[in-house]
Amino acid sequence: MLAYIVRRTAYGFVVVLGVLLLLFALFFLYAEPIEMARRAVGEKAPPEVLEQWVVNHGYDKPTWWNAESPADTMLVDHFRSMLTFDFGRSDADDSPILERIRTGMGPSLALTLPIFTFGVLLGVGLSLFVAYFRETYIDRMGVVLCVLGMSLSILLYIIGGQFLIGKTLRWFPISGFDTSPAVVLRFLALPVLVGLVEGLGGSVRFYRTVFIEETGRDYVRTARAKGCGDGRIMARHVLHNAMIPILTRVVVSIPFLFTGSLLLESFFGIPGLGSMMVDAIHGNDFATLRAMVYIGALLFIVAQILTDIAYTLVDPRVRLS
Amino acid sequence: MSLAEPHVISNIVVALLLAGAVAIFATARRSDLWRQAGRELIRRRPIAIVTITLFVCVALLDSVAWVGGGAGGGNALEQSRPRSVIDRMFAPDFKEKSYSAPLADVEFYGGADLTHPGSHLLGTDILGRDVLQLTLKGARVALLIGGLTSLIVIPLALLMGISAGYFGGRIDDIVFFVVSTLASIPTLLLLIALIMALGHGPVQVCVAMGVTGWVGFCRIVRGETFKLRELDYVQAARALGVSEVGIILRHILPNLMHLVVITFVLLFSGLVLSEAILSYLGIGINGSWGQMIDQARDELARDPIIWWNLVAASTALFALILSVNFVGDAVRDILDPKTLGERR
Amino acid sequence: MSAPVLRLVDVLTTFPAEGRRIPVVDRVSLEVDEGEVLALVGESGCGKSMTALSAMRLVPKPGRVESGHIQLCDRDVLGMSVNEMRAVRGRDAAMIFQEPMTSLNPVQTVGAQVVEAIRLHERASFDAARARTIELFDRVQIPDPEQRFDAYPHQLSGGLKQRVMIAMAVSMRPKLLIADEPSTALDVTIQAQILELLRELQRELGTAILLITHDLGVVNELADRIAVMYASRVIEQGDRVDVLASARHPYTEGLLRSVPSSARHGEALHEIAGVVPSPLEWPAGCRFSTRCHRMEDRCVEAVPASTPVGPGHTVDCFVVADEVAR
Repeated sequence: MLAYIVRRTAYGFVVVLGVLLLLFALFFLYAEPIEMARRAVGEKAPPEVLEQWVVNHGYDKPTWWNAESPADTMLVDHFRSMLTFDFGRSDADDSPILERIRTGMGPSLALTLPIFTFGVLLGVGLSLFVAYFRETYIDRMGVVLCVLGMSLSILLYIIGGQFLIGKTLRWFPISGFDTSPAVVLRFLALPVLVGLVEGLGGSVRFYRTVFIEETGRDYVRTARAKGCGDGRIMARHVLHNAMIPILTRVVVSIPFLFTGSLLLESFFGIPGLGSMMVDAIHGNDFATLRAMVYIGALLFIVAQILTDIAYTLVDPRVRLS
Repeated sequence: MSLAEPHVISNIVVALLLAGAVAIFATARRSDLWRQAGRELIRRRPIAIVTITLFVCVALLDSVAWVGGGAGGGNALEQSRPRSVIDRMFAPDFKEKSYSAPLADVEFYGGADLTHPGSHLLGTDILGRDVLQLTLKGARVALLIGGLTSLIVIPLALLMGISAGYFGGRIDDIVFFVVSTLASIPTLLLLIALIMALGHGPVQVCVAMGVTGWVGFCRIVRGETFKLRELDYVQAARALGVSEVGIILRHILPNLMHLVVITFVLLFSGLVLSEAILSYLGIGINGSWGQMIDQARDELARDPIIWWNLVAASTALFALILSVNFVGDAVRDILDPKTLGERR
Repeated sequence: MSAPVLRLVDVLTTFPAEGRRIPVVDRVSLEVDEGEVLALVGESGCGKSMTALSAMRLVPKPGRVESGHIQLCDRDVLGMSVNEMRAVRGRDAAMIFQEPMTSLNPVQTVGAQVVEAIRLHERASFDAARARTIELFDRVQIPDPEQRFDAYPHQLSGGLKQRVMIAMAVSMRPKLLIADEPSTALDVTIQAQILELLRELQRELGTAILLITHDLGVVNELADRIAVMYASRVIEQGDRVDVLASARHPYTEGLLRSVPSSARHGEALHEIAGVVPSPLEWPAGCRFSTRCHRMEDRCVEAVPASTPVGPGHTVDCFVVADEVAR
């Protein structure tokens, strides 16, 4: 088992290198350093200032190969800085990127953690309910509702939520954020609600399919033949088996705890990592974007390794082979 | 009329697409399986099919454009622009100065008289453009997103997936590595990075969505090909001396077609919804419904609120996506391998 | 003589297809007496498994038992409440299935699954149930029963898994054991062992067995009586000796003649012409009429009734009925 974890992590690292290579290609093969400087400092800045900016950000080095000192290229710099988490400064406003990531993590997690946990609990609960009433009107209605829910763009959920609950009913503020414990919940309530409802359609649909597939299996027939009631079958037999496909989906969405739902943060004015990314897009801030995409990928890879390990715990067939 | 004009290229592309679609239909009709599946689909989801057909027709009508002819009115500049069939349903100068409510006679702010009072069924937007016209034109953008991107995703995923699954070994290692790398970057982030690098034009956005989209389907194709490769009749074909390419084309590929259809339909709605998000971030495609919805954010904050732009785009988007999703569900049920062989 | 352990009278089970409801068990009547083995024989798809599932009220949705009377250990199965039926299953009547590979829960140990079967019907502590389980494992000849208790299904061979299923089924000493093709999915050598095990258990516990199979060799080994099914109807029933030695229904005759035998070494193999018609193409009258070499016009129009041709031996055939009348 330990050997498996080691192997898995090693491959994960190889993938990280692959990701870094891809990021390098994307960000450095197309961007003109002078252009970036001009955008950051200002169109009318004198050439010396622009060039100084380029040097400061390390964009003046040769891209791939330096005849004089082979290690002094943008490629090497890129790998080195990413792997050591030395992200440098933002292209847009020169602020230290790592710092901003640290401060942005809190609000992001405050938003996405509730959405994630309640989302899973609510999703599994509702789908168990619907799957129990399989082939009846409750089930059919449930499926239709799910498809309806999945067909609405998240933009509409956000706009609708803000309009209905924020403006018309005035239950919660439309946007904004304040970390003082007394008020923070009020600001989080609406985005969490919107995030929950938006994801519900897709998850319930998926979990329902899993549960229905499991209840159709032979071992369920055996359990029934030996006298198990429906409730016991669901709780003791189906749930555990269904956890295996559900686990994949759940763990795979963990990185989004970080990327913090760019849309929700941006619309609701929450100063997390998502807003940071949106600002970076609007400001053509490659340095920040590069760091954020890297971290996102890193978390994703870690999450996948964790899933594989979790499989060995949940599924004895994997553990003992 | 030079061949490089965008609207001429568009006309040619549409003609080619139509020819391609007709060819696919003709081939499919010859097979019992697909004819049956088609009939079953129409039986189960008639409303959705009609809705989608309407959208497709509107999109096609908006894709065919030419200069000149048609109704008079408007200045020389407006007359010299290429106008599509949809455009020609409205006057060339069917614009106002700014906002106006549906079927209003006066402007929304200020109350000045409109150039075309009472004829804007869904009002006008901030630039004075007729919202109904914009909504109809949005259909073409939506179908472009779904269609063009799928045209990139599906062949690419098939190529890579079948190669990896069928030949295994080194090729599989490479493909698996590429897939893992791409899949490790959260989709939205990768999309953003790609568009920042490639540029904001419609083709670039579609390419970016294609690059992020092929990975999921490739995995499925690879898995299925693994299974198909081990089947008895494939072994038999190999023993008979059929070439590898022959086996792939005659035995593997046809057995993946049902997955292709299911994936295409489900992918479509996902892509259109993704583009809406990109539009919000400012990197979407011009003229899409997502862009119209993006403008709504300001409009709703005003007092009295301006709602017609948002409602028109949202309704169109929702109607199309809902229909595609319903059809997708039905298609998935009909083409489920377990029930595939049982239909008589 | 005591009442039969299982009694089916005119049981009709249907499934929806193409807008209609198709009978998969078409007015089937049969009885299993206490302690006897009734073999339910027929080709794949003739409805034998569905008959068994109907008796236990385990017919999967969207199928359902439409009408008829099912008597299990003197209780009316169709009239019972859900809870009452649950109590019956596993205790008074138990069932084992064809595919041991998929019939056990893959994420629970085999021991835990048998313990569950025990504790569903008895108030026993886990330790007591565990001890009982290990005894049962030993009885069904699972080697190293103590270790095997903690094994997961995927760690056991098909034969061992089937033994676990049997242990689970007989744990409460049921009056009726329904065995749906218990050995079909196993290797030939293991098949013989499993059947031998069933025979021993049957004698030891006095359990009646409804044995479902398409293999006439199995029938010869175990059965006291035989019922032959074709296209969801029972077309011949009787003592094993009577049916095997002097079958009267053309289908049964054909079936028996198709079995390769060393006595007819060198002869061409006999076959019944034609194929089993699909449920959507069933003729209105006798379902075997399309392939019967003794077919007459009336066979296609009306369904033949059950005619006795000997003690406890009935056949559903117009032509045979005439022969008997003479």
